[in-house]
Amino acid sequence: MDKHTGMTPIVKMITEVLCGLMLVFGAFIVLYGHITPGGGFPGGVMIALVYILITLAYGRVIVERKVSGIIASVVDDIGALIFWSVGMIGLFVGGSYLFNFLGKGSPFHILSAGTIIINNIAITLKVGMCLYAIFLALAILQRVVIDEPKEEEE
Amino acid sequence: MDVRLPLFVVTPIFGAIIILLVGKWDKKIFPRVWSIITMAFLLLLIFLTWNKGTLLHFMGGWEPPYGIVLVEDSLSLLILLIINVVGFLSIVFSYSYILRYEDYLRFFSMFLLMIAGMNGVAIAGDLFNLYVFLEIASIASYALVGYGVGPEELEASFKYLILGVLASTLILFGIAIIYAATGSVSMADVARFLINNPGNRAVLLASGFFLMGFSLKAGLVPFHAWLPDAHPAAPAPISAMLSGVLIKVLGIYAMIRVFYHVIGITPMVSQIFIGMGGLSMVVGALMGFGQDDMKRLFAFSSISQMGYVMIGIGLGTPLGIFGALFHLLNHAGYKSLLFLSSGAIERETRTRKLSELGGLREKMPVTSAASVVGSLSISGVPPFNGFWSKLIILLAAFQSRNFLVAGIVVFTAFLTLTYYLRFQKNAIFGSVSEKVKGAHEAPIPMVMPLVIFAIFCLLIGVFNHTIISGIIIPAGQILLDRAGYIMSVLGGV
Repeated sequence: MDKHTGMTPIVKMITEVLCGLMLVFGAFIVLYGHITPGGGFPGGVMIALVYILITLAYGRVIVERKVSGIIASVVDDIGALIFWSVGMIGLFVGGSYLFNFLGKGSPFHILSAGTIIINNIAITLKVGMCLYAIFLALAILQRVVIDEPKEEEE
Repeated sequence: MDVRLPLFVVTPIFGAIIILLVGKWDKKIFPRVWSIITMAFLLLLIFLTWNKGTLLHFMGGWEPPYGIVLVEDSLSLLILLIINVVGFLSIVFSYSYILRYEDYLRFFSMFLLMIAGMNGVAIAGDLFNLYVFLEIASIASYALVGYGVGPEELEASFKYLILGVLASTLILFGIAIIYAATGSVSMADVARFLINNPGNRAVLLASGFFLMGFSLKAGLVPFHAWLPDAHPAAPAPISAMLSGVLIKVLGIYAMIRVFYHVIGITPMVSQIFIGMGGLSMVVGALMGFGQDDMKRLFAFSSISQMGYVMIGIGLGTPLGIFGALFHLLNHAGYKSLLFLSSGAIERETRTRKLSELGGLREKMPVTSAASVVGSLSISGVPPFNGFWSKLIILLAAFQSRNFLVAGIVVFTAFLTLTYYLRFQKNAIFGSVSEKVKGAHEAPIPMVMPLVIFAIFCLLIGVFNHTIISGIIIPAGQILLDRAGYIMSVLGGV
């Protein structure tokens, strides 16, 4: 790991400890979104925040080795595509878009409420990777803005 | 329950996603071909749902007033027809026009998202979905206006963004007040509640918010500041979509749907419609005079022409409504034609300034002929389509004894003719100028939409009776029949 980029060791250490917890909590919010407050959007934001936190603490290069902008963009599209597909399967099976074609299950269990959990996961992929990609895009923009005057001086 | 309705929204959204995904491997051909296929499919859908009465779709199987309902009646059908025909021809035009830019993926992806949003607005059956689809279309259009990423484009896009977000916020406030006052956001349910419980003063406040919000989206005169910047800055197919479709769907259509069907039209609102319409007509036309930039001239003319529609709607008589809806259709045709032809001219001559153009008819005969047809139509010269709709609005003004309004209608028609004659004299006719010397006729994918639009202008003008009795009158009757709308959606629930 490159010790010269990013913030101080204190911030890096805390990030290391926090990241796992945040990912787990984000996943919890998503997976229990249909029976407790939460859902795909808040969970997705939390997962995006993990990546943003790593970017801030360690620098953009480190995090892009794990998840590059292109992968984020592809996962983002796949999330949207999953949501679309769930809706379309509903249209073909039940005659209406987003029709709940899976069994309802028993209330207050994780496998209940049919397609909602799949949609929550799709939204998580979409929102999480989309916010992360936006953050990366802003970081690239910052590099361009900072680099430009130097080129002029040369 | 009709299974085809959600396809109007989800097909272009699928197109937008798949273009971004597959575009990682094929950046040039796939986005252009796939977007044309998507738009052709939407036209097929319109053909399949043509004149089938009021079609409903309950999202997820949840029935109104609790679930989301999509409604396609004759009025929605008219709007869907405008959106998708103009969208299809603009996409075909973009096939060659886009070559001057580098990033094809985002252009076509955003374009399809904008189509999805507008189709959604046209078939939305509840206020909140109307707002969501309106935002989808608006956000896509903010990005598309700034697509050239030059200083001028970014400034226009930012200005449009700020005013557009303000408009959306006002509309959202209006919806929140309606929800608080009636306990529902389903349009038919709200309308039924307001008929049974009249005299709710909170609705008056919501009306004010809706008026401001939708007028901002439509670019009517006190709220028009973004429009003359955004239209010229956007790429030509986007200008055609903005002026030909977006301001109509997000502004006028949403406004008439909300005021005629949900809140119920009152004399005060009618007077405001007429006032804003008259002001837009005169100010837009007068501002159009001094413009040297071709696309800016068209943008001001759009403001002026939207004034005609507002006058027709404000008069509130059946004849006024028919005239307004007919003018909506006609304006979509000839203004898209004019903006697309300005794109073709700009591509060949590298300028939009009327003072630097001249003699285009010798170098670009087909484009010139099409833009002459467009400018004659918009000026209201018979037998082109613009004449008939303006005549109907004028007759409606006389019939309802609004002689001042009738006078403004005639005066504006005269002004419009004057500045379009100036456009023709400076750009199309006259001697060949320095910049025009090297120009050639634009490639076929760019010329073909222009010719099709020009044929539309002529055919709608000649066969105006068929168009009026086939599309316009059913749409107008739906608009005037509030109780019928409630019945057809709620079905006696």
